[in-house]
Amino acid sequence: MTCDDYRELMMGCLDDELTADQRKTLESHLAGCARCRAEFDDFRKLKAITDDVTLLEPEDKLWEQYWGSLYNRLERGLGWIVFGVSAILLLIYGGFKMIEEIIKDPALGLGLKIGLLALIVGLAILLVSLVRERLYFRSRDRYKDVRR
Amino acid sequence: MPICACDDEGQLLQQCRRGSREAFEPVVKRYTKDAYRIALGLVGSRDDAMELSQEAFYRAFVNIRHLKPHAKFFPWFYQILRNLCFSHLRKRRLRRTSGLPQFDGEELTAAGGDWFDPHMVVERTENKDRVWQSIARLSPKHREVIILRHFRDMSYEQMAEALFCNKGTVMSRLYHARKMLKEILENSKGGHAYDL
Ligand SMILES: [Zn+2]
Repeated sequence: MTCDDYRELMMGCLDDELTADQRKTLESHLAGCARCRAEFDDFRKLKAITDDVTLLEPEDKLWEQYWGSLYNRLERGLGWIVFGVSAILLLIYGGFKMIEEIIKDPALGLGLKIGLLALIVGLAILLVSLVRERLYFRSRDRYKDVRR
Repeated sequence: MPICACDDEGQLLQQCRRGSREAFEPVVKRYTKDAYRIALGLVGSRDDAMELSQEAFYRAFVNIRHLKPHAKFFPWFYQILRNLCFSHLRKRRLRRTSGLPQFDGEELTAAGGDWFDPHMVVERTENKDRVWQSIARLSPKHREVIILRHFRDMSYEQMAEALFCNKGTVMSRLYHARKMLKEILENSKGGHAYDL
């Protein structure tokens, strides 16, 4: 084993995560290697001063409000989904109604009818493509780094 | 650190899968403080930590059906939280350096430092401030293991679960993170960083 192989054992020793055997292995190396002993000593000091740092806690009031505001966020999320789905349904219904009206309307010439229908079909294609793109990127983005 | 998959957690999560927001409340309450503190350690600002941890819980609930029935909640949730925090850091760095050519900032991310408010440290001393500011200057991945170990007091096993790696990798990441922290500290005080 080279000195590099003892790095992980040093960490385990600092954090009290070694088995008795591992600890012995490390200790016998440290006894005979001044360089690793010095490095281990530095790490021990570093751990001591890092452990000394504690971060301020927010006031209790914030903890109490935490679930409440999360609940609101969940509710709003549901609201948006319901809103989105019903908006899409209404748009589809309105679209069909409009197509029906255009076809039935005797006042419109054939050319105008075809033009208006093409306009609606084009809009529908754009909308579907936009929604599909959003959904695709959302699902990719969300699990980009999430394993399992 | 209460990263237990306590007996009732599985049942609560099962109710969450059926859409019960009420069942999610005890789960959130169990991990609120851990989520907030980890986010705070990663991004350094209290407001952002509040916002990011809540967003992580929100996304966890919305995607709860992707959590396998017998899987523990916390390691899965932690992936969501850390992804949010890391992408927040990336955006912050991009905003700050927009227009400038960028190195792959993972290793030299001094830019993070200014966001870490020294007033967050309890019973401030010059030494503690310097340690906190040095942690802020670590790359996010190095800072992550320091935060989990020192500020959340997680065991190697819990860290390995949360980071989806084995204990050996945890130890070697800790070695590199601490070595880097030592160097930053030493440079911040011309040589003798921690003669305490
Ligand atoms: Zn050695």
